[in-house]
Amino acid sequence: MPRAATVLRLAAFALLVSFLVAPQRFAPLFAPLTQYGAPPIYDQGNLLTLALAQLGTVCVAAAASSLVAVGLGILVTRPSGARFLPLSRTLVNIGQTFPPVAVLAVAVPLVGFGERPTLIALFAYGLLPIFENTLVGLRTVPPAVLEAASGMGMSARQRLLTVELPLAAPLILEGIRLSLVLNVGTATIGSTVAAKGLGEVIIAGLLSSNTAFILQGGLVTGLMAILLYDFLAALERRMLRHVTLD
Amino acid sequence: MSEAQPGTLAVGGAGITRIDPLGAVLVAAGAAALLFLPFVVFKSNRIVPGDPRTLVQVLPAWGALGCAALLALAAAAALWVANARARLALALLALAAVALAAAAAGDALTPPGDRVVRVAPGGAFWVVLVCLGLLGTDATTRLRPGPGLRVLMLAASLAVVGLALAHGVFDHLSIMREYAVNAVRFAREARQHLKLAFGSLAAAALVGLPLGVLCHRAPRLRPGVLTTLNVIQTIPAIALFGILMAPLGALAAAVPLADRLGIRGIGAAPAVVALFLYSLLPIVANTVAGLKRVSRAAVDAAHGMGMTSWQVLTQVELLLALPVILTGVRVVLVQNIGMVTIAALIGGGGLGAFVFQGIGQTAIDLVLLGAIPIVTLAFSAALILDALVEVLDRVKA
Amino acid sequence: MIEVENLTKRYGETTVVDRVSFTVERGSIAVIVGTSGSGKSTLLRMINRLVEPTSGRVLIDGRDTRGDPAHLLRRRIGYVIQGYGLFPHRTVAQNIATVPRLLGWDARRIEARVRELLEVFSLDPASYADALPHQLSGGQQQRVGVARALAAEPAVLLMDEPFGALDPIIRTKAQDDLRGIQQRFGTTVLLVTHDMDEAFRLGDRVAVMSAGQLLQYDRPAALLTRPAAEFVSRMTGLADRALRLLSLVTAGEAALPGPSDGPAVAPTISLREALSELLWSGADSARVVDADGTVRGRLTVATILARGRP
Repeated sequence: MPRAATVLRLAAFALLVSFLVAPQRFAPLFAPLTQYGAPPIYDQGNLLTLALAQLGTVCVAAAASSLVAVGLGILVTRPSGARFLPLSRTLVNIGQTFPPVAVLAVAVPLVGFGERPTLIALFAYGLLPIFENTLVGLRTVPPAVLEAASGMGMSARQRLLTVELPLAAPLILEGIRLSLVLNVGTATIGSTVAAKGLGEVIIAGLLSSNTAFILQGGLVTGLMAILLYDFLAALERRMLRHVTLD
Repeated sequence: MSEAQPGTLAVGGAGITRIDPLGAVLVAAGAAALLFLPFVVFKSNRIVPGDPRTLVQVLPAWGALGCAALLALAAAAALWVANARARLALALLALAAVALAAAAAGDALTPPGDRVVRVAPGGAFWVVLVCLGLLGTDATTRLRPGPGLRVLMLAASLAVVGLALAHGVFDHLSIMREYAVNAVRFAREARQHLKLAFGSLAAAALVGLPLGVLCHRAPRLRPGVLTTLNVIQTIPAIALFGILMAPLGALAAAVPLADRLGIRGIGAAPAVVALFLYSLLPIVANTVAGLKRVSRAAVDAAHGMGMTSWQVLTQVELLLALPVILTGVRVVLVQNIGMVTIAALIGGGGLGAFVFQGIGQTAIDLVLLGAIPIVTLAFSAALILDALVEVLDRVKA
Repeated sequence: MIEVENLTKRYGETTVVDRVSFTVERGSIAVIVGTSGSGKSTLLRMINRLVEPTSGRVLIDGRDTRGDPAHLLRRRIGYVIQGYGLFPHRTVAQNIATVPRLLGWDARRIEARVRELLEVFSLDPASYADALPHQLSGGQQQRVGVARALAAEPAVLLMDEPFGALDPIIRTKAQDDLRGIQQRFGTTVLLVTHDMDEAFRLGDRVAVMSAGQLLQYDRPAALLTRPAAEFVSRMTGLADRALRLLSLVTAGEAALPGPSDGPAVAPTISLREALSELLWSGADSARVVDADGTVRGRLTVATILARGRP
C-alpha cells in the first residue's frame, strides 16, 4: 500500500473526528458561506451524536440485510431451495428499483416516524448487493472441491460451514461493504421523517438557506462513507488472511 | 410414467404434486390478512381515523361470493398446481377480482354525489394484493419470457390499469379522490418529474460518453476521473442539491440571462445539475468497461479495412460496447427517477411534492398518489432497458 | 474386499449401469476401463453412495453399504477424483487432516499421521505442511490428494481418473508410487480410467465396461488371450497385443538359468522393455542382474518371443 494513501487516510480521519468533537473551532472556515449573521456551525444538535446515530441506523439495517440476504442466498443454492431462486432474484431486484424515498414514505403510515421507516427503506435497498454476491460466491466454489468434500464424508451442513461459506466469504463481505457504504448516504433521507442523523443538518440548511449547514451535513456524510469503505476493505483483507490459518 | 415422488398424493391415477412451499406461505398470509385485517377503511371525512370494514360487509352477496371463489381458486393453484401458466392466469384473475371488489366497495360506501367521504383500501387488500402479485411474479419468472414478451406484458398491464382508471372504475377510492382534487397539479408535476429525470440523463450521456471514450483511450486519466466521480457519489443527494443552490443562486444574480432561462438557486436547476453529476459515474464507468470488452480482433479488422478512427469508434467499438453502456443508462435512469423525488424538497417539483406533502399531513393517500407512479415509472424503465440490453446481447452473439 | 452385486442405475428411461457384479479381493487393485459414457464413473460413485443405486447392493468387508448414513460411510472410504478438490483455503496439513478430524481423532494422533503421510509421499513436512494448495505443482497436488484420502486409514480407496491431469513423465512415476503405497498400507483399491496402459500397469484385475455393462472382469493377460467380446479386444488393441502381453511379465519371472555376455537388465523391467533393449543392442541375449549384482539368469530373444503368444 503506497504510504501517501495511508497518510491521506489518517489525515482525513483526524479531520473528521476533530470536526465532530469540536466543530466550533472550524467556525471561521464556514463563516463566509453564511448570510445575515446566521450561525456558521450547526447549533440545533450535537454533530457527533447525529453522526453516530446515522452510523448506528446504517449498521443495524446492514446487519438485518446481511442476515436475510446471506440466509436467502444459502437457501436458494441448496437443492431443496432451488425452487425459490428465480423469485428471490426478482424480488431483490425490485427492492433496489424501488426508490428508497418511496419505501420510506409508504412505511411511515405503517410503522410511524423516526428510525423504523428508515430502517425498512435501508434494509430493502441494501439487500441486492449482498444477495447477488452471496449467490455468485457460493456458485463459484470449484465443483471438484464440493465433490471431494461430499466424497470424504462431510454432511451437507459441515460442507456448507467449513468449505462453501469460507470460500464464498470474500465476495459476501464485499457485498456487505458495498451495501453499507451505499446506505450511509441514503440514510440522510431518513431525516425527512424525523430519524436522527446528519440529514437534519442538511434540511435545516435548506430551510434557512444556510449553505454552511448544508456543507457540514453533506461533507461529513461523504467523508464518513469514504473512510468506512476504506476501513472495511482493510478489515476484510485481515480477516481473510486468518481464514487459512484457522 | 415416472415413479411417484415421496409425499405425493395419487388421486384416481393422476399424481397431484405435493404442496408448494411458496404457495403455502402466500395462502397462509393472505388468509390471515382477510380474517384479521380490514378490507377497506371507511372515513366520513379526510381527517378522522377510519372505520374498518371487511369484504363481506361491503359487497352484495354475489359479489363477495364471486370474489371469494376466485381467491379460493388462486389459493388452490398456489398450493397444488405446478403449471406456471395456470398459476399466472389464476393470479391475474384473482387480482382483477380483488381490485374490482375494492372499487365496488368504494362505490357502495360512498353516498351518491358525496365528495367528502373517503374509502381507503385496508390492510387485507394490500396483503392480498402483494401475495397475488408474488404468486404471479413467481409464475412469470418460471415461464422465463423473452425480452419482447416481457415488454408486451408490461404494456398490456399498464394499458388495462390505465383504461380502468380512465373509465372511473376506481374513482370512489380515496387515492383517486385525492387525484381528482389535484388533477391539474398531478399532470404538471408528472411532466416535471419526467423532464428532470430524462433531462439529467440526456446531459449525463452527452458528457459522460465522450468522457468515457477519453478515459478508455487514455488510461492514465482513469483513476483520477473515476475517483472524483466516486467521491461525488458518496455525497448524499439532498446535500448535493443544497450545495449547488448557492453557486447557482449567485450565477442567477450575476447573469440575468441565466435567471431568465430558469437557472436559479432554487427550483429545478440545482436538482438537474446534481443528478447530472450523480449520473456521470455509471455512464463513464460502463463506457470504459464496455469498450474494454470489445475484441481487439474486431477493431484491428476494422482498421485493416480502411476505416478512420472515428468510423471505427462509432461503427464498431461503441456498437459492440452498447449493451454494457445501456446497462449504465438503466442504472442512471432508475436512480434518477427515484432521486427526482427528493428534488421536491428544494422546490424542483416532480411527483415527490405529493410524497412529502403526504408525509407532512400524514395523509397516506397523497403519499401513494406520488409514490405509486414513481415506482411504476422506475420499474417500467428498468424492465424496458433490461429487455433492450438482452436483445442487443443476443444480436451480438 | 468390495463385493458388487447386480448394481444398476437408471435415470428415467436410460440405463447408465446395467446389473454389474464383481468382487475386488482384499488388498488388490482393480481397474475399471471404458470409454466416456460407459458408466464407469457412475459405478464408482455408487460404491460410496454419491450416486444412489436404483437396485443392487455393495458389500464392503461383508457389510452392506446401505447400513449407515451415506456421509458416515464415506468417512471410511478414501476418495480421489480428477482435479483432486483440495480445499484452497486450508493448508496441506489441514487438508490431509480433514477426515481424521471428522472422526474425532485426538490432535497428537492426527499430527503424527499427517507427518507420516507427508514423508511417505516424499513431501518434506517442514516445507509443505503449511503450504497452500495453489503453491504446489500438479504432481504435488496429486500426492496430497491421495494422502488426504488415505489419512483415516480406510480399508478401501476409490479413485476416478486420479492421474488424468498429470503430464506423461510424472504420470508413470505416480502410478508406480500408487502400487508401492497400496502394498505398504494394504488398501483395497478400485480405480477408474479410460487409459488401457494404466489399467495394464496397475490392475491385478481389470474390468472392461461398455454402455453400462460389464463385459469382462479378469486378469490383464486373460483380456488379451481370452477376450470375452470383440469390444474388449478392440479396447486392448489388436495391433500390438503381443507386446502388451510381454509388458505383463517381468524379466525376473522369465529369466532362465544360463550365462550371457549381453547387456545387463534389471529383473523388474518388463519383457517388452527387455526386448527393446535386445533389439537396440543387437545382442542375442541379456543378463538379468539385481541391483546388488546378483545374477538371476539370462533372457534370449527366443524366450521372450515365446512369451508373447497366448
